[in-house]
Amino acid sequence: MGNSSSMLTQYDIEEVQQHCNDAFSQQEIVSLYQRFCQLDRSGGGFVSAEEFLSVPEFAVNPLSQRLLRMVDGLNFKEFVAFLSAFSPRATLQQKIEFIFKVYDSDGNGKVTFNDMLDVLHDLTGQFISEKQSKQVLTQVLEEAGYTNESLLVLADFVKILGSSGLEMEVEVPVD
Amino acid sequence: MSSSQGKLKPSSSELDLDRPNIEDYLPSGASIHEPHGKLHLRDLLDISPILTEAAGAIVDDSFTRCFKSNPPEPWNWNVYLFPLWCFGVVFRYMILFPLRALVLTIGWIIFLSCFIPVHFLLKGNDALRKKLERVLVELICSFFVASWTGVVKYHGPRPSMRPKQVFVANHTSMIDFIILEQMTAFAVIMQKHPGWVGLLQSTILESVGCIWFNRSEAKDREIVARKLRDHSQGADNNPLLIFPEGTCVNNQYSVMFKKGAFELGCTVCPVAIKYNKIFVDAFWNSRKQSFTMHLLQLMTSWAVVCDVWYLEPQNLRPGETPIEFAERVRDIISVRAGLKKVPWDGYLKYSRPSPKHRERKQQSFAESVLRRLEEK
Repeated sequence: MGNSSSMLTQYDIEEVQQHCNDAFSQQEIVSLYQRFCQLDRSGGGFVSAEEFLSVPEFAVNPLSQRLLRMVDGLNFKEFVAFLSAFSPRATLQQKIEFIFKVYDSDGNGKVTFNDMLDVLHDLTGQFISEKQSKQVLTQVLEEAGYTNESLLVLADFVKILGSSGLEMEVEVPVD
Repeated sequence: MSSSQGKLKPSSSELDLDRPNIEDYLPSGASIHEPHGKLHLRDLLDISPILTEAAGAIVDDSFTRCFKSNPPEPWNWNVYLFPLWCFGVVFRYMILFPLRALVLTIGWIIFLSCFIPVHFLLKGNDALRKKLERVLVELICSFFVASWTGVVKYHGPRPSMRPKQVFVANHTSMIDFIILEQMTAFAVIMQKHPGWVGLLQSTILESVGCIWFNRSEAKDREIVARKLRDHSQGADNNPLLIFPEGTCVNNQYSVMFKKGAFELGCTVCPVAIKYNKIFVDAFWNSRKQSFTMHLLQLMTSWAVVCDVWYLEPQNLRPGETPIEFAERVRDIISVRAGLKKVPWDGYLKYSRPSPKHRERKQQSFAESVLRRLEEK
């Protein structure tokens, strides 16, 4: 793919576009490549966790560690595929799948009570006690028809989140 | 964003919160509309706003933009432009550069042959020695500026030498100091550099009264603050020039000003510097090139064209904190020099942001969850 060169060929762009299912236009892929090279200061062909954390706006995000696990060490093609859930052309299904993957840290297709507790902890830090967060989670789960022992799969997420649209889009700056 | 709390007041004990609300600066997509109504499972699972913020930061962020050097746009893509460009390159490297190097060498010879005698022979007569050294430093700076064919246009009244007065300017490269110094002998506060620059700093710049700091030392801040205060109170010290951004920025943006210069109880005279990019990009990207390479790049370009504006001196207004004062002056300078303001501390180039920003978001979310749990 020629990650060390700073120019993408038309063939490269089309390959990336195909890999992300046309989530981005060719111009957007070129912009993303410039951004990728800018972040990849060491020139290794992938962006390391350190390099992501050097973006202060990313480092202050409560879910940055979780996202780092998903995005660390990806090459450019995979990087674009990762971001494809945020394209305006992405379907609701793709966005929900992305959210599911964030929760399902061990990747076994099932989200447990503890998985949800972990994310809640990331989002609230020290401002909610362990007891309180378990209480909150149990209460809303029961109200939605689940229990503490329920294992949620993707279909459940689709049911819960799919009722109204998700606003999850980023704009890729194209000069 | 935190609607019920209002703006968080900076307290003197929380050194890291001494900056305005970052949410005021981030793009409006990041300011989450305050959700209300009873808490459902959906609200807990829907992490899309936070994910969007993170993805937005991955795709583009205001901090990295501050330090992007613009690559020179080639104009040699044509049958007749290409030979012209080649001729230009030859002219710049083969004719201009040696001429400039010669001018600079002559300048150094004149300077050293005057400076060394003055420095050692007039040891007793301090007032005269200082005056002569000031003139000589201004001279060598003029030689430097000539060696890049610097076309500097100064606007505004020349700064008058008064005690209890400091000058602040936006920072693009170390040459900012040289450009300002050729007009007026300032004392400057600088990071100590290694190599030949460090040697110059410890010998010649000592004579104009410079203050050194070390970014990596934590305790350094208090020592430097004291030195600044002492210097600015002294009547016959050279006026102090401070670059409150603390690091070089690419002349299109300005990062947060450090409040050190604004709590000395002195009048602050803002100076705005804007380089004309058509001729050369004067931004010194210290991550990409050493100062020597940067100077060589300048000496092989056509010219360094810039505007310097001496702006109206500002004082701390009653009821204004030093941070607000710093922001106000930053605003004045940014407007004059056409810079966009970003809410980041320049030192984030070298370190991670304080956890306080993340904690503020977490606190806001936690309070919202607990509140909505109670609602019916």
